[in-house]
Amino acid sequence: MYVAVKGGEQAIANAHRLLARERRGDPSVPEVSLAQISGQLSHAVDRVMTEGSLYDRELAALAIKQARGDLIEAIFLLRAYRTTLPRFGATEPVDTGAMQIRRRISAAFKDLPGGQVLGPTFDYTHRLLDAELAEASEVTEPARATAEEAAMPRVSDLLGQDDLIEPSPAADPERPVGDLTREPLEFPAERDLRLQNLARGDEGFLLALGYSTQRGYARNHPFAGEIRLGEVEVEFVAEEVGFAVPLGSITVTECQMINQFKGSATEPPCFTRGYGLAFGHSERKAMAMALVDRALRAGELGEERTAPAQDEEFVLSHSDNVQATGFVEHLKLPHYVDFQAELGLLRRMRAEIAAAAEGESPAREAAE
Amino acid sequence: MNAPGYNFAYLDEQTKRMIRRAILKAIAIPGYQVPFASREMPMPYGWGTGGVQVTASILGADDVLKVIDQGADDTTNAVSLRQFFAKTAGVRTTTLTPEATVIQTRHRIPETRLGEHQVLVYQVPIPEPLRFLEPRETETRRMHAHADYGLMHVKLYEDIARHGHIATTYAYPVKVDGRYVMDPSPTPKFDNPKMNDCAALQLFGAGREKRIYAIPPHTTVVSLDFEDHPFEASRTQAACELCGADDTFLDEVVTDDCGGRMFVCSDTDYCERRTAEKQQVEEASR
Repeated sequence: MYVAVKGGEQAIANAHRLLARERRGDPSVPEVSLAQISGQLSHAVDRVMTEGSLYDRELAALAIKQARGDLIEAIFLLRAYRTTLPRFGATEPVDTGAMQIRRRISAAFKDLPGGQVLGPTFDYTHRLLDAELAEASEVTEPARATAEEAAMPRVSDLLGQDDLIEPSPAADPERPVGDLTREPLEFPAERDLRLQNLARGDEGFLLALGYSTQRGYARNHPFAGEIRLGEVEVEFVAEEVGFAVPLGSITVTECQMINQFKGSATEPPCFTRGYGLAFGHSERKAMAMALVDRALRAGELGEERTAPAQDEEFVLSHSDNVQATGFVEHLKLPHYVDFQAELGLLRRMRAEIAAAAEGESPAREAAE
Repeated sequence: MNAPGYNFAYLDEQTKRMIRRAILKAIAIPGYQVPFASREMPMPYGWGTGGVQVTASILGADDVLKVIDQGADDTTNAVSLRQFFAKTAGVRTTTLTPEATVIQTRHRIPETRLGEHQVLVYQVPIPEPLRFLEPRETETRRMHAHADYGLMHVKLYEDIARHGHIATTYAYPVKVDGRYVMDPSPTPKFDNPKMNDCAALQLFGAGREKRIYAIPPHTTVVSLDFEDHPFEASRTQAACELCGADDTFLDEVVTDDCGGRMFVCSDTDYCERRTAEKQQVEEASR
């Protein structure tokens, strides 16, 4: 005999207890520390900070631990914390030209002022599983060089000197920078909101879209003009003091794509830009973002919009993995009321067809 | 007691003020979807973040809160959301529909008629009734602005042509105050008539889609239909096996693996109160 189900409350409490136990894993194995996650799973931390839109290594490491390594869940945890923080204002734009460089490469020039600096990269490793890493291992000290005194000029600035690339849109100090976490996104979106959306967007989603542009769906002839990784100063103009106060430095990865040129009979042709920026060392994300940013500028550059990566509403509405995972996974919440309504209609329609067939069949038999 | 570090009902007061402004605008333009700066909430999108934000913004210390999902107070997400507000706002909670001043719901409207002292807050996944006909927001906003709802009528007509019925059984579109076509959230169409001339204020929150809309008390709400195919608030033709009600929306419960089924009220509070009344009458007559 059916009795109305009770005990949702107890079931939830028990599920949470079980989850905590599973999170801990085998208690005879030492518990992972936040310092270990932050130091040894640093790319995971960088991704969670970037898509969680909060630069805090320790909190990101905590989120990863709490989420049992599920990065989207960790991003969600960080976002839900971030949203409760008070806003004092926006910082001054960070100057990536003045970056303390740890890695800087250009695929457009063989050599350039400041040189090519490989830095810590997987790029030329052979992807052979390293059995030695299975055990604790000694690490040899890396080779070091003294840092260049002069700032490394950005490739886009070098090209810009000769007007070979379109100028980067100048900042308008009169216009406050948009924030889609404070104002709902409207279409068409301006550049600030587009870039904010892409910076918070899911790495996998942007990777696939960026990839699609390379395979002919909105091809835009990209060159990795420059990818740079390093530390930049963050400054904030406090009204009370009247000048920019340094808040500290953060690690960022910047990608400037140089793309297909545009021009006309009257306007000399020049290259166009796609821009990507991410917290920490997040090259894949920054590059994919730059490709998609450029693709989304189709309308502005007078290109025909034919591919998904050029469709602003499509891309910007579906890039957020916290939104996406929530809505996909909500399908596991009960839907029995709606299902019952569908079931009722389906049965009724089937009954009508059956009744109609019954009514028809004697006549049909007679005809046969 | 409030949870440490969080404001009453979780959201900070600035956010609440912004949401209340959106709610006021929504009430002033019945059925119109007002964009609002939806926040990230500590529960996932799709779990009722829109409804939670609306509730958090209207909740006062004296309010009595009821939360239902699928009509029931004891479904896991209803339990979880009720606990959230009990913890962050410290408000009194109830399962009794007449006692509640704020009722947050997913997928149902209570069977008990609501009164003027009550607010019904709906959790809405897709606020745009035209979304499945036109995926672009820029287009659908234009269509609403021009009251250009021909596409919707064509869709309903095509249903009839193809299936002999309007094949929409839930989230059945309504026209509010003779102007805006509105999505009632995925409530079964059985519930649509309850929205019309309802004494309670009805608020709709869509968190992921960042929209709030409203039906003020005693507003005309009409389900779209045709003269020769009038709207019908359909339900399973059976009576509840627990309380005997034959005019409520029923859940179908599979009782065994040889086709055994039974029907019970989806609204657990309504069903429990009827069952208790029945028992009292039986005891009194004994």
